[in-house]
Amino acid sequence: MADTVIEARGLTKVYGSHRAVDAIDFSIRRGEIFGLLGPNGAGKTTTILMMLGLTETSGGSVDVLGFDPVRQPLEVKRRVGYLPDAVGFYDHLTARENLRYTARLLAIPRREAETRIAEAMESVKLADVLDKRVATFSRGMRQRLGIAEIVMKRAEVAILDEPTSGLDPHSTFELLEMIRGLKRAGVAVLLSSHLLDRVQSVCDRVALFNKGRIALMGTVVELANQVLGAGHPILVEATGADVAGILREVEGVQTVVPEGEGAWRVVADRDVRAAVAHRIVTAGGALTRLADLQPSLEEVYTRYFEEARRAA
Amino acid sequence: MRRNDSRAARRQGSPFTGLGPVFMKELSDHLSSVRMMVLTLFVLAFGAFPVASSLQTLRTVVDPNSFLFLRIFTLEPEQVGISFIAALNFIIPLMAIGLGFDSVNSEFNRRTLSRVLSQPIYRDALLLGKFLAGLTTFAVALVALWLIVVGAGLLLLGVPPRGVEVARGLGFLVVSVAYGGVWLAIAMLFSVLFRSTATSALCALGLWLFFFLLWPQLASAVVSGVAPSEIRSLEEYAAVQDIAMGLMRFSPGTLFSEAVLGLLSPETRTLGPMLPAQMRGAIMGAPLPFDQSLLMIWPQITGLVAGMVVVFAAAYVIFQREEVRA
Repeated sequence: MADTVIEARGLTKVYGSHRAVDAIDFSIRRGEIFGLLGPNGAGKTTTILMMLGLTETSGGSVDVLGFDPVRQPLEVKRRVGYLPDAVGFYDHLTARENLRYTARLLAIPRREAETRIAEAMESVKLADVLDKRVATFSRGMRQRLGIAEIVMKRAEVAILDEPTSGLDPHSTFELLEMIRGLKRAGVAVLLSSHLLDRVQSVCDRVALFNKGRIALMGTVVELANQVLGAGHPILVEATGADVAGILREVEGVQTVVPEGEGAWRVVADRDVRAAVAHRIVTAGGALTRLADLQPSLEEVYTRYFEEARRAA
Repeated sequence: MRRNDSRAARRQGSPFTGLGPVFMKELSDHLSSVRMMVLTLFVLAFGAFPVASSLQTLRTVVDPNSFLFLRIFTLEPEQVGISFIAALNFIIPLMAIGLGFDSVNSEFNRRTLSRVLSQPIYRDALLLGKFLAGLTTFAVALVALWLIVVGAGLLLLGVPPRGVEVARGLGFLVVSVAYGGVWLAIAMLFSVLFRSTATSALCALGLWLFFFLLWPQLASAVVSGVAPSEIRSLEEYAAVQDIAMGLMRFSPGTLFSEAVLGLLSPETRTLGPMLPAQMRGAIMGAPLPFDQSLLMIWPQITGLVAGMVVVFAAAYVIFQREEVRA
């Protein structure tokens, strides 16, 4: 399952004197969810458009499923599903008619298209509005219809540009669930976003964009180690003992910072939760909460850009 | 820019992949749209008036013209003051603009363009499909109108058209479609140039008004500026006339009316000034054979088709270079 589906080498896009994308390298493997993160205007959408052959490259190369999007855009677009930022559909047509049009463009035989459309709409929970005009759809439904299009296409790679922007929390949750569904079906997913906490929950690996370059790339934990320093943060809530003193004595603990009444944030060089629990309980304290603090992408992101600004 | 050309040469796959689906979708959109119904009603109303009064006149007055049927198209009834073809000359651009002014920019505004272009088609297919669908819609409406006029003529005049009249009438249809094609291409060019549909409609309509109202004045002003103050010889007169006609023919409407004149008024022998030498041996008012009429207006037909192709090519080139991101 580790074969590469997208590989970019020195990919560059220049608009006049502005280097929108500056010699980036990355690769995406089959069945993984890869996040392109960064502020607006960092070059995420440009990178996506170059992968689809919708905009020309100024330098470097990108290989999508063994095809070159510059020379063989039709082959690439036949196999890659794309959900643009704030996707649009033809409002005067029904969901079914919209998907039918796509199916015709893909040259899917008519009868097969009908079953695929029904299946795809079922998978995104829109089967009941199949024959409603898209004009009546909410934003979340349109995004789901976009996912249905990718499912119908049986794409090997799905490229989603800001899929969750402008959605309410419930719709976002549903959409992310569908993105996980794509992954389960063996589709490599590439998604771009500036909404970090949401991305964090689905992405296997992320690339942090800054001014057209990939500043950091890897799993969220790797990035956190790189930017925030190595360490295992945990949150401890306990009463009835000198908790701070006990915590400092636990082997491996580096820092103990109080976080309000009866709560401490502990950073250790390993997972010390078992030891902490044991010590507090034997000291007669009442342990009310012991939580492993996942490094937050938001924190990584904020810290990284702070440092980048300071360096500049 | 150079990259663009070299890329076009290297890219693989037919540029017409997906042309059929785009064409069918656009056609069904046009034919089922409210706008199309409005345009058709508009054209019918505008066309019915002159035709009805022409028929009235033709029924009561004995016309010495042997091409009685064609007179339905060309007669200028006194009550209306405008012939059917003059009305069409005016109305066809409006209809074509109505069909094309938002064809590309509306896809931008609805944010459907990048989604559609991420399917396995080139932009070529999208633009050409839209153009052909517009032209077909337009042709369908025009043929319907033409059949109504011919049908009304049959019923009310009670004289069947002769073969040559039918042939000339069909030629007129072809010229009309080409004329509509020019304006459709112009409207689509503006729809590629401007993201706002209102701006593109305004520009297309502005150009239409310019050619109808301002261009004749402008052309004669230019001619009077260029022409010698005193015309001494026939040659000089002919030269001045040449310039005037040449300028006027930049307007598609002029080409259309000249071509239609040649087709529907068979006695037309020349579209420019007639020199005495050309009159030698001619019988005044005698009709030209169909092939000779066709030969006479061939430059006009070529001009219309060439104009359509050139404007479409311009729209095509600009569209290819446009960024798809909204």
